[in-house]
Amino acid sequence: KKYFDELVHSDKIVVFMKGVPEQPMCGFSNAVVQILRMHGVDNYTFHNVLDDQHIRQGIKTYSDWPTIPQVYMKGEFVGGCDILLQMHREGDLIDKLNEIGVRSALLD
Amino acid sequence: MGLTETSIHNKLSERLKPIHLDVINESNMHNVPKGSETHFKVIIVSDLFNGKSLLQRHRMVNELLAEELSGSVHALSIQAKTSQQWEDSNHHITKSPPCLGGSGK
Repeated sequence: KKYFDELVHSDKIVVFMKGVPEQPMCGFSNAVVQILRMHGVDNYTFHNVLDDQHIRQGIKTYSDWPTIPQVYMKGEFVGGCDILLQMHREGDLIDKLNEIGVRSALLD
Repeated sequence: MGLTETSIHNKLSERLKPIHLDVINESNMHNVPKGSETHFKVIIVSDLFNGKSLLQRHRMVNELLAEELSGSVHALSIQAKTSQQWEDSNHHITKSPPCLGGSGK
């Protein structure tokens, strides 16, 4: 648990996904990458669960969340693809990013 | 309807008393064998979601489907609305993103 505590706090934004941001291997993971990119967020820590079964299984237990992708902001679990998408459409993502000290590109 | 699909439908129906429930097997959109029950999309409208954050709503659904999720289901797309939100959005359903190959297994 301590291992994951450190992982999720290691950066403002930590994304557990399938593949990497330059090449996601899953439509849902890709959606998360694209949404973050739209807000000008390109610099975040990501973990490719396809490369690490320990993380792939462990993060599901740690978050008590059954699927990938998973997005953490300031150590807090925010949600997966559906939640990010809805937050984005309702303008809540801009607020959330602001909360963690990140200015969304969509404000400019 | 497959066994898993039926099970999901029944559990959600019974416990969340939805005014609208769609359980869609989207496995055919993904890189898995024909006839799979691995990727589902659930559209659920229930007033039990009133006052609950998105995360809370999704956790409610996840919990009810814990068995399926520890079984064959490894992707679950959830759109959880209250009856007010459902009406306001004109019954709009968001399309699922296209598959990008996955782990290829």
